[in-house]
Amino acid sequence: MANKAFKTLTNGLLRENPTMVLVLGMCPTLATTSSAINGMSMGLATTFVLLCSNVVISLLKNLIPDKVRIPAFIVVIASFVTIVQLCMQAYLPDLYASLGLFIPLIVVNCIVLGRAEAFAAKNNAGLSALDGIGMGLGFTLSLTILGAIRELLGTGKVFDFTIFPDSYGMLLFVLAPGAFIALAYVMALVNKLKK
Amino acid sequence: MAKLKSSLTNMLLSLTLITLVAAGLLAGIYSLTKDTIAATNAAKQQAAIIAVLPQVEGLNIAEPLEVDGITIFKAHQGDTFAGAAVKVAENGFGGTFHVMVGFDNAGTITGFEVLDHQETPGLGSKMQEWFQNVRTIIGLNPAQSNLTVSKDGGDVDAITAATISSRAFLAAVNKAYNAYAEANNAPQAQGVSSATPIEAAETLAADSLAITADDTTCAADTAVATDANIVAEPNVEPAN
Repeated sequence: MANKAFKTLTNGLLRENPTMVLVLGMCPTLATTSSAINGMSMGLATTFVLLCSNVVISLLKNLIPDKVRIPAFIVVIASFVTIVQLCMQAYLPDLYASLGLFIPLIVVNCIVLGRAEAFAAKNNAGLSALDGIGMGLGFTLSLTILGAIRELLGTGKVFDFTIFPDSYGMLLFVLAPGAFIALAYVMALVNKLKK
Repeated sequence: MAKLKSSLTNMLLSLTLITLVAAGLLAGIYSLTKDTIAATNAAKQQAAIIAVLPQVEGLNIAEPLEVDGITIFKAHQGDTFAGAAVKVAENGFGGTFHVMVGFDNAGTITGFEVLDHQETPGLGSKMQEWFQNVRTIIGLNPAQSNLTVSKDGGDVDAITAATISSRAFLAAVNKAYNAYAEANNAPQAQGVSSATPIEAAETLAADSLAITADDTTCAADTAVATDANIVAEPNVEPAN
């Protein structure tokens, strides 16, 4: 049992990493990783939503008839996303200013709905919570790494620490094409390491 | 408990129940955070006014004046009109953004703050940085300089790879200036405090701006042409 719990928790970190292996949630991955802090904040916001929605959905799974499960899941997820948005707006206004646009998009993030459908709807609340945390942290980890790489190559900073002067940065990496390039290399590396 | 069957009643009941609970929960969270959000925004606005009017000490901000969705905060130092902070909304590349622009009593830009925006991170989002430090517009007077991007024949270089955001930003600044100039009719008409030639000149410049306001490039050109005759005059008159 403990073994299974541990396995569920670590599943999302590497073996079934949502970004690098399952290739889910590409929209926020590509869009919000222009800096390490943005990537990390987006990951943590998603982790919170994932954890809450996984627990609630696994508790409600017997009350939700199969044919309406998707709308029911979406309502649950959207509620948590709105909670995150309101709280962030109230208590972390600076972060909200830079991420605001992408927070509502967590609703349609495939990872959240995907885990609800594939895991939470079939397992108990405890395991679903662990799955939510594991997947969320895996997502956060990949977004932070991707954000750090793009921020470093694009602006010469990591978490706003200057490593080399801004003028040597490749603007490309802050732009959309840089997101694809960095993602592809990191993904290739992860696949190599997994073997 | 066994899983509920997908009968019509079950589906209706289940979905209704879930949406009701969700609505209740969100209403609760909303009313909890509402005041904090309003307070944060108000504090941000106050800080922005002070930031865009750095030349004014012991700032005395009058009640905000609202014209066509543009908010003007007039600042007085003692009894003298010292400038105004103007808050405008404009459509950028990623949606509506708000800018607060500060003008001194001659209409020169003293500072600005991008209050919120949805421009592309890393590109259009550099508006504040760029127009403050890289290609500064602070110290320029929209009536004397052609505040459009150089691609459109203006005096200001656009942000690299963000011409649309830059255009929108400069349009917002011009809009703020027009509102500022127009609003300064008010003290003049009532014959209060500073009915100086500066005010009159601005009013004229503002009128000529207003006529051609549809075409920014054209409007700015007109402004440049007019100010040669009119706004040059205030330079003779000491500001205070």
